[in-house]
Amino acid sequence: MFVSYKWLQDYVDLSGVSADELAEKITKSGIEVEGVEVLNEGITGVVVGHVVERVQHPNADKLSKCQVDIGQGEPVQIICGAPNVAQGQKVAVATVGAVLPGNFKIKKAKLRGEESNGMICSLTELGMEAKIVPKEYSEGIFVFPQDAEVGADAIALLNRNDEVLELGLTPNRADCLSMLGVAYEVAAILGRDVKLPEIELQPVKEKATDYITVKVEANEDNPLYAAKVIKNVKIGPAPLWMQTRLMSAGIRPHNNVVDITNYILLEYGQPLHAFDYDRLGSKEILVRRAQDGEKFTTLDDVERTLTSDHLVITNGTEPVALAGVMGGANSEVTSDTTTVLLEAAYFTGGTVRKASKDHGLRSEASARFEKGVDPNRVRAAGERAAYLMAKYAGGEVLEDASVVDTLTVEPAVVSITLEKINSVIGTNLTVEEVEAIFERLQFAVTSEEETITVTAPTRRGDIKIEEDLIEEVARLYGYDNIPKTLPIGSATPGKLSQYQDKRRIVRQYLEGAGLYQAVTYSLTSEEKAAQFALEKRDFIRLAMPMSEDRSILRLSIMPQLMEVLKYNSARQNDSLAVYETGAVFLANGNEVLPEEQEHLAGAITGLWHSHSWQGEKKAVDFYVLKGILEGLFAKLGLTESVTYVQAKVDNMHPGRTAEIHLHGERIGFVGQVHPTMQKELDLKDTYVFELSLKAILEEATAPLRYSGIPRFPSITRDIALVVDKETVAGVLQDIIQTAGGKLLKEVTVFDLYEGERMEEGKKSIAYSLKYMDPERTLTDEEVTKVHTQVLEALKEKAGAVLRG
Amino acid sequence: MQERLKELQQEAIQSIEQSSSLKELNDIRVAYLGKKGPITEVLRGMGKLSAEERPIMGALANEVREAIATILEAKQKDLEEAAVLEKLASESIDVTLPGRPVKVGNHHPLTRIIEEIEDLFIGMGYQVAEGPEVEQDYYNFEALNLPKGHPARDMQDSFYITDEILLRTHTSPVQARTMEKNQGKGPIKIICPGKVYRRDNDDATHSHQFMQIEGLVVGENIRMSDLHGTLEIFAKKMFGEDREIRLRPSFFPFTEPSVEMDISCMICGGNGCNVCKKTGWIEILGAGMVHPNVLEMAGYDSKKYTGFAFGMGPERIAMLKYGVDDIRHFYTNDVRFLKQYSKHE
Repeated sequence: MFVSYKWLQDYVDLSGVSADELAEKITKSGIEVEGVEVLNEGITGVVVGHVVERVQHPNADKLSKCQVDIGQGEPVQIICGAPNVAQGQKVAVATVGAVLPGNFKIKKAKLRGEESNGMICSLTELGMEAKIVPKEYSEGIFVFPQDAEVGADAIALLNRNDEVLELGLTPNRADCLSMLGVAYEVAAILGRDVKLPEIELQPVKEKATDYITVKVEANEDNPLYAAKVIKNVKIGPAPLWMQTRLMSAGIRPHNNVVDITNYILLEYGQPLHAFDYDRLGSKEILVRRAQDGEKFTTLDDVERTLTSDHLVITNGTEPVALAGVMGGANSEVTSDTTTVLLEAAYFTGGTVRKASKDHGLRSEASARFEKGVDPNRVRAAGERAAYLMAKYAGGEVLEDASVVDTLTVEPAVVSITLEKINSVIGTNLTVEEVEAIFERLQFAVTSEEETITVTAPTRRGDIKIEEDLIEEVARLYGYDNIPKTLPIGSATPGKLSQYQDKRRIVRQYLEGAGLYQAVTYSLTSEEKAAQFALEKRDFIRLAMPMSEDRSILRLSIMPQLMEVLKYNSARQNDSLAVYETGAVFLANGNEVLPEEQEHLAGAITGLWHSHSWQGEKKAVDFYVLKGILEGLFAKLGLTESVTYVQAKVDNMHPGRTAEIHLHGERIGFVGQVHPTMQKELDLKDTYVFELSLKAILEEATAPLRYSGIPRFPSITRDIALVVDKETVAGVLQDIIQTAGGKLLKEVTVFDLYEGERMEEGKKSIAYSLKYMDPERTLTDEEVTKVHTQVLEALKEKAGAVLRG
Repeated sequence: MQERLKELQQEAIQSIEQSSSLKELNDIRVAYLGKKGPITEVLRGMGKLSAEERPIMGALANEVREAIATILEAKQKDLEEAAVLEKLASESIDVTLPGRPVKVGNHHPLTRIIEEIEDLFIGMGYQVAEGPEVEQDYYNFEALNLPKGHPARDMQDSFYITDEILLRTHTSPVQARTMEKNQGKGPIKIICPGKVYRRDNDDATHSHQFMQIEGLVVGENIRMSDLHGTLEIFAKKMFGEDREIRLRPSFFPFTEPSVEMDISCMICGGNGCNVCKKTGWIEILGAGMVHPNVLEMAGYDSKKYTGFAFGMGPERIAMLKYGVDDIRHFYTNDVRFLKQYSKHE
């Protein structure tokens, strides 16, 4: 809502309060003023001029040579390019020395050899937006009414010496979609009175009811419809002050009748509609739901197909307006109109919202109906419009109105105790102070003991319950005046849950290990949704996605991390390590919520390490990433519970991928991205993992216990084994560990050889075994005994022999 | 004989002083003090001396021997020290060459903001509550006083999956769920961070996915003044002790009265700049007293219990705090962007 500071003074005395001060006060007490526009900012030296002579420019077809009286002695010569400039006009002249918006300075000039002393201005040149300039002046200069005084300040005459407050209204404050509503708000803030607009009807001795009958079939959607009739109107421009007020509010002037309905819309917040009575084709108004498939051409000349959801105003048979949204081309007021049928009605929000949305017709009128107009102001708005039509369009208003009124208007009566107000806000207000606040708002208020009863006027439909009253008290008392305290009551422990705490540990660990945290989108494309998924489930698809790329909830984080690698690689960052924690979404059928499983995924690509001047360079490989995971599992106390099993996973290298098992259950994978995909994404060798973070964080961690520092020396035996190439280290390790029993403290792989010096199909793998007894020093014989058992077990279970 | 000894001492000392290496020195040692050396030879000739002269000469010979040995030792020490210094000099390196880089990653800026806020409120006795990102219409809207048909819940603005299931549009459903779980009992003090989704086209200031953090306090006798005090602590801890706060009335369906909080602009200190659009104030969060309908729907007696709630956007806070100019940076994960958030403040 745009509020003219000057116009507002019709209703509230604003003396001593500048527009900026007012904006600040309004903002602090409830309605955000998003900006204050100074309409004449950067404009000086524009006066009313009289075009005393206009002739064709001798050297240019499209220019006129004008002699313009600007009230400073002799007329001055001005060259003008506007097609509509004519002798006798009163126009806005930017005189020599004037400044126009954009710091455009007017100087003496010669145009095609002819002297020009100033510029005749269009409204856009004076800083107005093209969309609010009246159509007849949109291609040329603006022309003042003949009574404009030569030499007068043209900017003042155009009401541009004004400031406009732009209100950002929340949905509950639809009452401020009108100048009167804003006036009540401002009056409450300033503690001043509201002056209502005048209505002095002098009807002619004819009755509107003889001209028109009104019937309403759809009473629920339209509980009030009042039709007034105004005869003998003369269609012409509205008075300049009215046109300029409309323009300040962002509405383009048309003609006096239409402008008056728009003026009332702004003044009362009540949309009205003017029909050309003679074009209605009947003496009847029937309001009903449209029939499915019914056609209707709105006054923007678009044919619309209606449904039974839409409410129409008809002449008994044909629609003449889409209720509350837009009138029809068939009954529109034109320059020939002489009798006006003026509609003032109450349409319910839902009906209008549906129609305006279905037809893409959001207008100043529909917006007000949608949010709810004041039921008590409907009739008054019609009366005031009729009065203005009599005054400014020469019309004769007929007595009464044809009315259907089943609207029951009961103002909300709400009671509240003083104690409640003070305990919710945290203040110590008295009954008198609270009453004073409601009186400022012009709410009827009574009190008995400490119970305060408030009757909210119908313009404030948002006041319904105690809390609404508390808000009114709080905001007019001033939010900033509310004390600053902290909650009192029983103490609550502030602490992360174990899960949340461990998740932070995981992040810190991975970052310490060199990975950056990424955050990616949960929505992905059909193609990517299926990639790398640990579990195959049905896709969870949005009903109305914005694009195919973001239409399905992810089943895996990995495709998004691949995107991150691709993006960075394409920008010369091809050595990269990233991770992400976040939910993946596993469908559980259509009608229930999906399972949201928190996953952890990581990816490393390119060089893991390089220190160029020392000639060190190390590309990422499987064991770099596995080492990071092993460290993570150790941190979470899961080393003993996790195993790695060679496996094939979609989009992964078939020979370089392992499933990660927790207590034998698959919870994730680690390995190299399939070379085909690496190539598609233009990545260097890339190793990735993804696992269920939920699974590893929900695992109970054994309490930390001190285990003593060994006091006796250990004995180490190294062995090099020859085994089949297919025998994996994990199996050998298990055999050694089992056979070694409790004296075997540590088993480490220290060499792997698969070269040509080995027999075909064999490899050599070397282990270092550390034996120790925490209670005493082991003898050589004791170690040899256990070690022999280990070697025998290796031979028996894995066919491993010592390398000769 | 006596003279010969004196001569030898002179000679030896001269040689020692002139020697320049440990080897040379050793040769001198062997030459003068060795078994075949001249002093030993002199002593061998002592047999010819009288019994009176012998001890005198013996003492003298030992004196000479000791004098030579002492000087020799001192010289040896000097030469050894010089050798060490020479070795160290040859080992010197260029300390200005760069060190071996340590690979370290860091938090995503949004996580950084979220954890900072979490920790701040944990310190004030709050717990961190989380909930599903795919939500029932009931928890996302209805339980928050947004019944079906409410203008603020336009289908166009939310990602629905079915008529009853959607991607949550805010983290408020976590509040509704937490209250329901507490079965009408207080106190509740929670902070709810998480991802939320809206049907927006991605551009510099909009993102179809973004983060939100909300807080909720429910208890007996929770006052608006408690909200005021809490928000002030938050603003000062998060944005600096010299920040001022300003509360403005606003409207949210789930709170009444509703509040918007501005902080004095951290860029210009309140004098007016482009960031605060010349107002000196920056809008930072929405808040209010929990609407009685919301309390009642979650099973709380709104006559007995009151509460306050607040909500804010980590992206907006990060953009203001770090001067980030495009919200899409948070989701593109350009490593040149991510790397900038390693420094501890």
